[in-house]
Amino acid sequence: MFRALWRRPLTEPSSERRATVTGVNLRGSLQLRHVDVGSCNGCEVEVTSALAPHYDAGRFGIRLVASPRHADGLLVTGVVTHNMEGPLRQTLAALPRPSVIVACGDCAVNGGIFVGAQGVSATLDQIVEVDVSIPGCPPHPRDIVAALRTLGGR
Amino acid sequence: MIANVDSLSQGLATLLQVIVVALGGPLLVGLMAKVKARAEGRVGAPISQPLRDLRKLLAKERLHARHASVVLPLAPMVIMATSVVAVAITPLVSTHPLLGSSADILVIVYLLLTGSAAAALAGLDPGTAFGGMGASRAMTIGALAEPALLVAVIALSIQSGTSNLPGIMASTLANPQWVLGPSRLLALGALLIVVIAETGRIPVDNPSTHLELTMVHEAMILEYAGPELALVSLGEAMRVGLLFSLVANLFLPWGIATHDTALALALGTVVVALKTAFVAVAVALIEVRSAKLRLFRLPELLAGGFVMSVLAVVTGLVTR
Amino acid sequence: MGWFLAALVLCGAAALVGAGLPRRVRVAGSALLGAAGCLIALAVALRTLIAGDTLTWHTTQILPFTGLSLSLDPLAAWFILASSFVGLAACLYNVGYAKGAMASRSAQSLFMVFVLTLIAVPAASSIMSLMFWWELMALSSLLLILTDQSRHREARSAALWYGAMTQIGAASILMGLLVMTSGGAGQSFADLRSHSSSLSPLAQSFAFVLVLLGFASKAGAVPLHVWLPKAHPEAPSPVSALMSSAMVAMGVYGIIRVGEDLLHGGTPWWWIAVALLGVVSAFYGALHATTSTDLKRLLAYSTIDIIGLVLIGVGAAGALKDNGQLGAAHVALSAALLLVVAHAAFKGALFLGAGAIERATGTRNLDLLGGLIHAMPVTALVVAISAGSIMAVPTLSGFSGEWLLLQGLLHGFATTSTPTVIVMLLGVIALALTGGLTAVAFVKSFGIGFLGQARSSGARDAREVAVSMRLAMLLLVVPSVALGVAPGLLVAMLSRATTSALGGKLASPLDAGTGLVLSRLGGAIAPAALLVGLVAVMALAWLLNQTLAQRRARRVEAWGCGRDLQTSRMQYTATSFAEPLQRVFADVLRPQSDVEVTHVAESRYYEQSLMYENRVVDVLEARGYRPLIAAAQRLGRVARGLQNGSIHRYLAFGFVALVVILVVVG
Repeated sequence: MFRALWRRPLTEPSSERRATVTGVNLRGSLQLRHVDVGSCNGCEVEVTSALAPHYDAGRFGIRLVASPRHADGLLVTGVVTHNMEGPLRQTLAALPRPSVIVACGDCAVNGGIFVGAQGVSATLDQIVEVDVSIPGCPPHPRDIVAALRTLGGR
Repeated sequence: MIANVDSLSQGLATLLQVIVVALGGPLLVGLMAKVKARAEGRVGAPISQPLRDLRKLLAKERLHARHASVVLPLAPMVIMATSVVAVAITPLVSTHPLLGSSADILVIVYLLLTGSAAAALAGLDPGTAFGGMGASRAMTIGALAEPALLVAVIALSIQSGTSNLPGIMASTLANPQWVLGPSRLLALGALLIVVIAETGRIPVDNPSTHLELTMVHEAMILEYAGPELALVSLGEAMRVGLLFSLVANLFLPWGIATHDTALALALGTVVVALKTAFVAVAVALIEVRSAKLRLFRLPELLAGGFVMSVLAVVTGLVTR
Repeated sequence: MGWFLAALVLCGAAALVGAGLPRRVRVAGSALLGAAGCLIALAVALRTLIAGDTLTWHTTQILPFTGLSLSLDPLAAWFILASSFVGLAACLYNVGYAKGAMASRSAQSLFMVFVLTLIAVPAASSIMSLMFWWELMALSSLLLILTDQSRHREARSAALWYGAMTQIGAASILMGLLVMTSGGAGQSFADLRSHSSSLSPLAQSFAFVLVLLGFASKAGAVPLHVWLPKAHPEAPSPVSALMSSAMVAMGVYGIIRVGEDLLHGGTPWWWIAVALLGVVSAFYGALHATTSTDLKRLLAYSTIDIIGLVLIGVGAAGALKDNGQLGAAHVALSAALLLVVAHAAFKGALFLGAGAIERATGTRNLDLLGGLIHAMPVTALVVAISAGSIMAVPTLSGFSGEWLLLQGLLHGFATTSTPTVIVMLLGVIALALTGGLTAVAFVKSFGIGFLGQARSSGARDAREVAVSMRLAMLLLVVPSVALGVAPGLLVAMLSRATTSALGGKLASPLDAGTGLVLSRLGGAIAPAALLVGLVAVMALAWLLNQTLAQRRARRVEAWGCGRDLQTSRMQYTATSFAEPLQRVFADVLRPQSDVEVTHVAESRYYEQSLMYENRVVDVLEARGYRPLIAAAQRLGRVARGLQNGSIHRYLAFGFVALVVILVVVG
């Protein structure tokens, strides 16, 4: 453990930051509440990787939190299914304004390969206005980190 | 005139102490997060991240649950007030803060208990299941940790002959050979367990958990948003700062300012910051090495702390 | 003294008014006279405490053969202070509370008689006067428990336990006091005081133990406490308030009066025994308070808890005085007395509040309450401040008392006698343990009872209670705040009370001022400054909130993890709140649980319904008293065999008795 403290971290160096999304000023701190409305967990694995030592989104002030009340917005993965539409709306209602919505993965962005399937009720942009979309099935952790940095501002 | 100048400089020293802890508390939390990140091989968020989070929270909207009463907005103010007053009267930077003559251990302990009770009531107010769960667990842990805290500091006050904190520090400064005595070491062990319990760190509680069923403290504040969340977080961070620096100062009081000159105060601030940072790093390393204990294993840990503090008192009495 | 007699007469007149007047004016009339009497008694007590003298009075008219003697010295005045203040509030509360059975002639007159006895008991200065007032106090409260017959079984059982234990206690007190007269002393306290030094140490100890058993039972010390959690909840609320605040203080008064004053201190082991009773009571009471779901039962157990702390103070004071440390002894006794008055105020307020809740919702069960703060804000404020006081929140009265007790114990560590040091250590540990447990109990009672959503229709339909009841509760909140913020105001009076108890001319080490300062021993608190600081920071936080952040909060549904339906059944109940502690202390509490499973008719592998019941009963009652009572009943059944109606057996008894007498006497 002590060796780990002195050794250089495993994180890859940070790249250039893209411009911040207009209208959002979170001053270097981004807390998101993750909601899985009907995903295969592929995007969740990539999100976990994005927060893990190699890509380390945490060094830019990005964190996942437990309660939507503590969050600046939602990180939604998966396509909106019938059973999860109600809880998604509840979670949206619990967010304090101003809030941002991040759609992570093709399913959240435009329904992916599940458009029109039985069990799917809508796509995310039909329920709420999405601020940042991260395409990919699944999206690369580097892209996830870069997209979140445009919200956080660091 | 002299009395006015004295109390003015005392007041300024106290104000300095409060500001230092108000800024230092979140920095300590950030430091512990950084140590844990480095131990995992990550870079981690900068140490000043909690301050950034607080600043952002002030700009957000305030939400109140439908069934909540006046207790919900009142509790963060009570938590802040008890933390600030406890910090103001404890000798951290200087040995004689403004109300130092009444800086009694019982006052500090019960002020902190009042803060915990306010948080528990805030958890019960919205009428949700997790709020009640957090309140119940937090009060249980507090009920089991508080006796150990009280008896451990009483062990120190028996040796010093007074329960007044500046008095305890002054007598430790005058008798450096006490520091390595068995009574003090046992009390230190007990206090370390209690401080981990009261600040909600692993192995008692995981402050960054997302699973509501494993939450103790987080569950009580699930309903808070925006500025009220900022108040609660700052109050909690100040408690962390207070408890860590109190442990550091009770056992190693050297460096604390005994006069109110600017140089002494500056030196006192730097020294207490270093000592507290040392304690914080130690606690962070304990966190890295341990896993969170099951809720019903916690009484064993806290009872162990209590037994250590009772032993500290007994050895103190026997070796008098 | 004339004024004190006037107070007693007024209370007696109130009792007559309660018995005589027609229904509509009965309650108001007796309450008015009773309140006037209590007010005068309060003024007389304050005057005696400020002046520091002793008033006496004797008459042969009321009690034949022995006469009635009253004597008011600072120690008695301190206890009369507590009981008359709570009596005043209870009379006022009665105006709004007394409806139905409580407004009947018998209930009203007995209530006023009860108030009268609570003022008179500390002033009694002869054995017969004390027993007269003591028995009257017990009798009136016993009959008052049986007032409201709608709760038949529990009230009758409570009255039976109470009656039996209080009578045994009174017999024990009488025996002990009579032992003190052995060798031909008179029965007035002055005679006992001068005669006690000529008794042998064995006789003194025997007398003290007998007296201690009786008074400790009345005070609610474990293991003689079993009547308290039964009787206090079943009585009507103003009576419960008086029983819990003033009547238990009479037990403490008796111990101090007989042990310190009449027997001049005695041996240290007496006081070590008292302190040990206190340690056990404090822990046991706090633990059971934490796991009670009946609000009044919770308050009754917390009375046992606080009386435990008081007894620790009394025991520590006695032991330290016998070891020569008068300073620490004064501090410990001052702490005990301060706690008595503080407890009278906040426990009285809590019981009156519990009565208001019961009146408004129809239940005392915390598991069925909730959300009452919206409908009953004044009651909520009273319960919040009183609960904060009992939890020892700094700047409230309970904290001042506990701090002073800790100081007394800490300075007592300097003593050389090992048993005393062990007792100090146990006292400190008890103080530490009960602090946290009491906090859990009262966060539970306020949080589950007043906050959240209503858990039953009774709680949903609650309305705030009558004005007189609200005023009475607010009256009792005043000492909690005043004694917390400025306890130093009572220091002079406290010193006179402790000096009159411990004797000697040593000035108390407490100094005058608003806070509590022990300048010679080292240690001080300044609660007024603390309060200013707390309020200032809260105001600053509020101001910053209003300027830097948004002003108004938006009302939204509570966050339930996305659940569609949030009902009041999803909240924590009082039982679940205390369940972790119940598990931790299961060895001491010994909870009993029952599981009853009903299977589906077709197959034993499927269950139709499941019933789970979990109870925490008083362990000492279940494992200690009930076996004793069962054994006594068995003995009684055996003895019944002696009375089988056969004349021959009775004649044989007479003959054997005659032979025995002739042999022994001859």
